[in-house]
Amino acid sequence: FPEMAGAEGEDSLYPIAVLIDELRNEDVQLRLNSIKKLSTIALALGVERTRTELIPFLTDTIYDEDEVLLALAEQLGNFTMLVGGPEYVHCLLPPLESLATVEETVVRDKAVESLRKISQEHSPVDLEVHFEPLVKRLASGDWFTSRTSACGLFSVCYPRVSNTVKAEIRQHFRTLCSDETPMVRRAAASKLGEFAKVLELDYVKSDIIPLFTALASDEQDSVRLLAVEACVSIATLLPQEDLETLVMSTLRQAAEDKSWRVRYMVADKFSELQKAVGPEITKNDLVPAFQNLLKDCEAEVRAAAANKVKEFCENLPEDSRETLIMSHVLPCVKELVSDTNQHVKSALASVIMGLSTILGKDNTVEHLLPLFLVQLKDECPEVRLNIISNLDCVNEVIGIRQLSQSLLPAIVELAEDAKWRVRLAIIEYMPLLAGQLGVEFFDEKLNSLCMAWLVDHVYAIREAATCNLMKLVEKFGAEWAQNTIVPKVLGMSNDPNYLHRMTTLFCIKALSEACGQEITTKHMLPVVLKMSNDQVANVRFNVAKCLQKIGPVIDSNALQAEVKPVLEKLATDQDMDVKYFAQEAISVLALA
Amino acid sequence: MEEEIDNRKINNSFLRDHNYATEADIISTVEFNSTGELLATGDKGGRVVVFQREQESKNQPHRRGEYNVYSTFQSHEPEFDYLKSLEIEEKINKIRWLPQQNAAYFLLSTNDKTVKLWKISERDKRPEGYNLKDEDGRIRDPSTITSLRVPVLRPMDLMVEATPRRVFSNGHTYHINSISVNSDYETYMSTDDLRINLWHLEITNRSFNIVDIKPANMEELTEVITAAEFHPHQCNTFVYSSSKGSIRLCDMRAAALCDNHSKFFEEPEDPSNRSFFSEIISSISDVKFSHSGRYLMTRDYLTVKVWDLNMESKPLETYQVHDYLRSKLCSLYENDCIFDKFECVWNGSDSVIMTGSYNNFFRMFDRNTKRDVTLEASRENSKPRAILKPRKVCVGGKRRKDEISVDSLDFSKKILHTTWHPSENIIAVAATNNLYIFQDKVN
Repeated sequence: FPEMAGAEGEDSLYPIAVLIDELRNEDVQLRLNSIKKLSTIALALGVERTRTELIPFLTDTIYDEDEVLLALAEQLGNFTMLVGGPEYVHCLLPPLESLATVEETVVRDKAVESLRKISQEHSPVDLEVHFEPLVKRLASGDWFTSRTSACGLFSVCYPRVSNTVKAEIRQHFRTLCSDETPMVRRAAASKLGEFAKVLELDYVKSDIIPLFTALASDEQDSVRLLAVEACVSIATLLPQEDLETLVMSTLRQAAEDKSWRVRYMVADKFSELQKAVGPEITKNDLVPAFQNLLKDCEAEVRAAAANKVKEFCENLPEDSRETLIMSHVLPCVKELVSDTNQHVKSALASVIMGLSTILGKDNTVEHLLPLFLVQLKDECPEVRLNIISNLDCVNEVIGIRQLSQSLLPAIVELAEDAKWRVRLAIIEYMPLLAGQLGVEFFDEKLNSLCMAWLVDHVYAIREAATCNLMKLVEKFGAEWAQNTIVPKVLGMSNDPNYLHRMTTLFCIKALSEACGQEITTKHMLPVVLKMSNDQVANVRFNVAKCLQKIGPVIDSNALQAEVKPVLEKLATDQDMDVKYFAQEAISVLALA
Repeated sequence: MEEEIDNRKINNSFLRDHNYATEADIISTVEFNSTGELLATGDKGGRVVVFQREQESKNQPHRRGEYNVYSTFQSHEPEFDYLKSLEIEEKINKIRWLPQQNAAYFLLSTNDKTVKLWKISERDKRPEGYNLKDEDGRIRDPSTITSLRVPVLRPMDLMVEATPRRVFSNGHTYHINSISVNSDYETYMSTDDLRINLWHLEITNRSFNIVDIKPANMEELTEVITAAEFHPHQCNTFVYSSSKGSIRLCDMRAAALCDNHSKFFEEPEDPSNRSFFSEIISSISDVKFSHSGRYLMTRDYLTVKVWDLNMESKPLETYQVHDYLRSKLCSLYENDCIFDKFECVWNGSDSVIMTGSYNNFFRMFDRNTKRDVTLEASRENSKPRAILKPRKVCVGGKRRKDEISVDSLDFSKKILHTTWHPSENIIAVAATNNLYIFQDKVN
């Protein structure tokens, strides 16, 4: 639009006009783009027109696609200055109110989030005059979408309103907790903890506790399980002496609920619950409850509990920790090691090593080591992998030597597993293991594995193996590299399989930096240059790519004298790709 | 209702009348929503038609109750599974309405493989006013733009839109026969021949398998799942019926995988009635919880049975739907009719049950008075506000006037799908490509 330059004097309205028109374009992407630049539009219109024209228009546009509505809900949370500051912030309420009633949860949640944000920008008077009536409207709406949204707004206005209004808010919350639709009761249950936090302690006891008890025995298990979450916040608010009477019976009931989903939730929140109720109740109530969860008939529950074993033990009161673990937790853990469900075993394997730091060397050797070994031999690769990936915890306690003899066969087995994803995972732990085992042990037992991966038939494994070599060199140093791996890598350049020849190039690319100038120039470069005559074009253009990468490591004489002619030759290759990469390398290395 | 079921049904409207019906027009499911204001049908062509009840108006009081087309949309398209070289029909197997959550309506529709969530909403405003073009769509010279216009919303004619909100695919290897929405309002299950999956209504890329009866070796397969439904109030309870005539009730609280049922309903077989067809005709084609949640109703080929959830050993009530076909099973086997899947429904107060038969007949059974009636959904008596006459099939030797002999029944005219208004005596009956709506006589 060359003419547009002329209209520059008016600060050109044209781009803004386009944005406004595109608010209703057929193409969602363009609408979305315009909504995301809503602040630009508002700025151009000025605060007055934004309030009187733009906001009313937006209020009525809730027919749109979710992603547009989501963007709109988000934008409106940051719109206060654009409508004239806190004095006028309440004019943002109508569009957000309609967005808070749409069926799409993400949009509603975002609208509620923005409402919560702008509630802080309301003066106490405006909060009562504008915001609180909106909350009431939503809370008594016909559809459950609006009532669920209301649940998230009580806690933000409660602290800033008069006592009369506070009483009304509490009443509304009570009503929603016994709403006829489970959707609303769920929303209320999930906000119960948050609401309790802003209430005066007396009201927590007189209002929240009965609601909590009722929700925790709701007929729908999807509601009951949310009460478990609320339990954490409520228990934190109450003085220790009230916990037993007000919370514990409900919590005990939840831990033994008929529905596994509720018990799962208890298991999942166990560490938080444990912290919230304190050491005494933990000793008397939670330890037996935890034992039961570890022995639950549903595997999902056992897995969730198994995940918490380490944290639970860590947080036990110090004076009785060891006794409790040895007499109560460990027997259950022993059973889980041979659980029928692999998710349970795998969850346990991911934390069990952590117990060694808590129990100390002697207990570890006597009680835990046998369990580790059982899990290391587990038929499920994930279990074995979880053990291996946490070896460092045990290393600190008993040293790796003690483990290595039993560990090694398991590693070798995983390294040769038929599933390439398992092989890939074990490769990723190699540098860690190498660090733990030391160079001698590594050379003796694991080096050959690392080299074998380089010729794996899956590319992802070869690639990971290359990267692994680099990390090993970083750990063990250039000298080690020159003696052990470089000769083997270079040897592969004569392999009849071109894929293996390419692996040589990939390795050189990865290793050059870690190996340093001398090894690269003296040993690696000649091989790369020789390979520029390879009959396979893929190898040749990888030579070019490789040279580009290692160029900066090589000394400048060799670069000019040896690399340059080879790249120039490749730049005239018959193959298009070879030419392309050769030219690229020439320009990157500034050899032209 | 009670005794009036006999003769106070009047035909109210007669919709989707096609004399030249094609295969695609055959109605494959019909379902009222939870208020009865809307009625949805699905057909073999993958279309969903939603009807809305006429609002009460002062000048035409009798019009209250008439259902008019509200929205029509193509829910499913024919597809081809290239991996298995299988055609996937677009036929709508089931429609289930979701509880209403805002001004829009939502329903789930499914074909053999894919469940879709549809939103049906109204729009009565549209934006007006552009900056870069005038009202006729002519582009304006950009240099003439000296001020910005914000579009304004103006009223327009009501437009009803159906938009697909979610597509739940790749959850089933076999054919989906049922979908059922949970009373927790956030999950639903879909059932195929061998498995039941549980979905969250907002999550399309993950479902949980809750029942799996597939044997390790498919040659050992002796039983398939024919229908499944959630309890209307208890979110943890559901039932599924099988081709062997049994019903299993499962409790999702007990375990994540409900392979072990908590109740097993089955009637012991009567050895005197044993025949080659026993197993086929005992296969359950539909299972429905009563609105109260206390009873279950099942339909097999010849009977409809009511079970008390507290009694697993035998049904509380058994009603013969068309016992006169017992002697015809051989020919019904030959023409495949014996595999027809008849559905069954409760009325709003659980006191009357309805199910279909052949010759465009459908049956109603009053559970209190034990009276039953056969009615016909046909073109002849389909004049608006005509009163339905009960029909009789002659079973004995002598045929009385008004009776129809078993041999003259038309087995190609079958009533498989019916639905009952949740609170009023309005029923919708799908007879191949026609939908009939009947209701109690108004005054």
